[in-house]
Amino acid sequence: MSDKKPVLELRNVDKSFGPIDVLSGISLKVGEGEVLCLLGDNGAGKSTLIKTLSGVCQPTRGEILMDGETTVFSRPREAQERGIATVHQFGGTYPLMSIGRNFFMGSEPTKGFGPFRVFDRKRANRVAVEEVQKMGITRITDGDRLVGGLSGGERQSLAIARAVYFGARVLILDEPTAALGVKQAAHVLRIVNEAKRRGLAVVFITHQVMHAMAVGDHFAVLIRGAIAADFRKGEKTREHIADLMAGGESMADLEASIEGNMETQGG
Amino acid sequence: MTEPNSTNDPVNTTSAAGSSAGSSFKAFFRSPAAGALMGFVAVFILFSIFGYSRNFLSVAGITTWVNFASLIGMIAIPVGFLMIAGELDISTGAVLPAATMTVAIICEHYQMPEVIGVAAALAIGALIGFINGFIVTRTRVPSFIVTLATLFAVAGLTLFLSIFFINNTNSFHHPPEWAKSLFGGKVYGFNSSVFWWAGLIAAFAFFLHYSPKGSWVFALGGDQESARNAGIPVARLKIALFMLCSTSAAFAGVLQVMTFSSATSQANFGLIFNTIISVVVGGVLLTGGFGTVMGIVFGVLTLSIVTQAIGFTEIDRNLSFLIIGVMLLIAVLLNDTFRHLATSWSGTKKK
Ligand SMILES: Nc1ncnc2c1ncn2[C@@H]1O[C@H](COP(=O)(O)OP(=O)(O)OP(=O)(O)O)[C@@H](O)[C@H]1O
Ligand SMILES: [Mg+2]
Repeated sequence: MSDKKPVLELRNVDKSFGPIDVLSGISLKVGEGEVLCLLGDNGAGKSTLIKTLSGVCQPTRGEILMDGETTVFSRPREAQERGIATVHQFGGTYPLMSIGRNFFMGSEPTKGFGPFRVFDRKRANRVAVEEVQKMGITRITDGDRLVGGLSGGERQSLAIARAVYFGARVLILDEPTAALGVKQAAHVLRIVNEAKRRGLAVVFITHQVMHAMAVGDHFAVLIRGAIAADFRKGEKTREHIADLMAGGESMADLEASIEGNMETQGG
Repeated sequence: MTEPNSTNDPVNTTSAAGSSAGSSFKAFFRSPAAGALMGFVAVFILFSIFGYSRNFLSVAGITTWVNFASLIGMIAIPVGFLMIAGELDISTGAVLPAATMTVAIICEHYQMPEVIGVAAALAIGALIGFINGFIVTRTRVPSFIVTLATLFAVAGLTLFLSIFFINNTNSFHHPPEWAKSLFGGKVYGFNSSVFWWAGLIAAFAFFLHYSPKGSWVFALGGDQESARNAGIPVARLKIALFMLCSTSAAFAGVLQVMTFSSATSQANFGLIFNTIISVVVGGVLLTGGFGTVMGIVFGVLTLSIVTQAIGFTEIDRNLSFLIIGVMLLIAVLLNDTFRHLATSWSGTKKK
C-alpha cells in the first residue's frame, strides 16, 4: 500500500484487557517520511493502539514489525532505544520538578565518572529551554522553573519538544494539539512536517479534521477497535473524513441534532 | 495557517528574563527545606534562651538530642524517599527491634561472629522491604495498609521467635571491641551512629539530588503513569526504595544494640511517629513529588531537640508534645502553601 519502506508495521494486532476487547485485527504501516493520521471517536482505541506501538502494552495477538523484522517491545524503554518517541495523551510532565529534569526524565544527561556521575543540570536546562523555545514558547527562559507554574499548553509543548528531541526514527503524538492555542498548534503541525521532511515516520492522532488534513499522508479510521477505513491523501473529501471521524455518523446529521436540542431547550 | 507575527511575544520574553538571576536565591526561600531550617533555628534559639541556665548548650545537652536524632534520622530519610515517591512505610517500628534481637540471638546466644549477626539483621531488613515493595507493586493495596500488616506480622514474629530461641523477649549483648567501637562507640559524647548518619546523609543527598536516578523518585510521586511511559522501571525502583528503608531501619537496630548493649523485641511505635513527623516537618509533601534530604535532616533535628532536650531547659517537659503538634500543623500548612506558590509561579511575576 505504501510506496515507501515501512519503518513500523502492525499485522493483525488484537488487544484485550482481560475480557474487554479493545483492538481487533489491526494492520497498519507507517513509512519513512510519512505521516499516518489515526482518526476515530472517543474510546475507539487510538490511545491503546499507540500504547502497543510504544511498548507500554503488548499486543494480545498479532505482531509488530520494525524495519521488516518482528519485534517485541516489552517495556517502553525498548521502544525508546529503537528511536520511537511518544507523547501520550495525558500527563507526561511532573509539576513539582524543574523544566530541565522534566525534559530529560528517564534519559538523564550526566557528567563525571563511574559511581560519581551526576545529573548535568546546566546542560539539561540549556537544551530543554532551547528545544521548548523552538516550539514557539519563548516565555520559558529558565530551566530551573517548576513545570507546575506553566500553562497546560506550555506543558504539552514541553512534552512534544521532548519527543521531537529523542525521536530518532518514529514520532508518535496522541492528540498533541488538544490543549494548544492556534499559534502553538500551527507550530506543532509545522514540526510534524519538519520531522516528515527529515525522514521520520510520524503517527498523529487528532480530533480536528483541519489538523489531520494539514499533515496527513495516510489516514486510518478506527471504529470500536477495528479499522473502518484506510486511505491516502486526496482519496476522500474533507466532509467524508469528518463523517468518518464522528464514528460514521454524518456531520450534517450531528449538526442538525445539535440545533434541534438548542431549539427545544431555548423554547 | 501560520501566523508569523504575534504582538505579545517580545513583551513576555523580557519580563521573564529579568527574574531569572535572583530566582535560585528566591527559590530556596520558597522551598519547604528553608522552612525546616528556619523552624530548627527558631527552636534552637528558643531552647538556648530557656536552657541557658540548665545546660542545654553543654556537651551533655547537645549530645543527648544529636545521638537520638542520628538513629531516627537514618530511617527518616528513606521514609522520606518513599513519601516523595508517593508511598508510606510504617513497618520500620517492627524492623528495628527485629534487627536488634537478630544480633543478640545470633551473636550473644549462639556466640557466632559479629559479622554474621550484622549481616543477618541487614538481610532480614532487606527481605521485609522486598516483601513490602513486592506486595505494594503487585496489588493496588495502599502502602499504608501493606506496611501496617507487615508491622504487626514482623512484630509478632519477633516476639514469637525470641521466646522460641532464647525464652526471653529481651536480651543483652556485649559486642567485641572492634564492633563496639565501629558501631557503638563514643567520641566526645557523640555515638558512632552520629558519624554513620552523617555519612548516610551525604550518600542519600547525593542519590536524590545529584545522581541521574534521583529524578525518578520524584517522578514516581509526581505522575506514576507518565513515569512508566517514560521508561522508568517503576516497580523495581519502588521495591528498591522499600528495601532501602527497611535495611536502614535494620542498620539503625544494629547500631542501637551495639550502643546500648541491649536488645528488645517490643515494637517501637514511637519510631513510626517520629520518622513521619520529621519527614513532614522537613518539608516533604504528603502527596508526594517533592522534598529534600536537608529538609528532612532539619526536621529530625528539630523533633529531637523538642522531645529530648526539653529536660535541659526551663520549659515544662509535658509541653513537648504540644510543641510537636503545633510544629506539625504549621509544617503541613507551609508545605501546602509551597505547593500553591510553586504551581502558580508564572502568576506571581510582576506584570
Ligand atoms: N487498561 C485498560 N483496561 C480496560 N479497558 C481499557 C484500558 N485502557 C483502555 N480501555 C478501554 O479501551 C477503549 C479504548 O480506549 P482508548 O483510550 O484507546 O480510546 P481513544 O480512542 O484514545 O479515545 P479518546 O479519543 O477519548 O482519547 C475504551 O473503551 C477504554 O475504556
Ligand atoms: Mg486517546
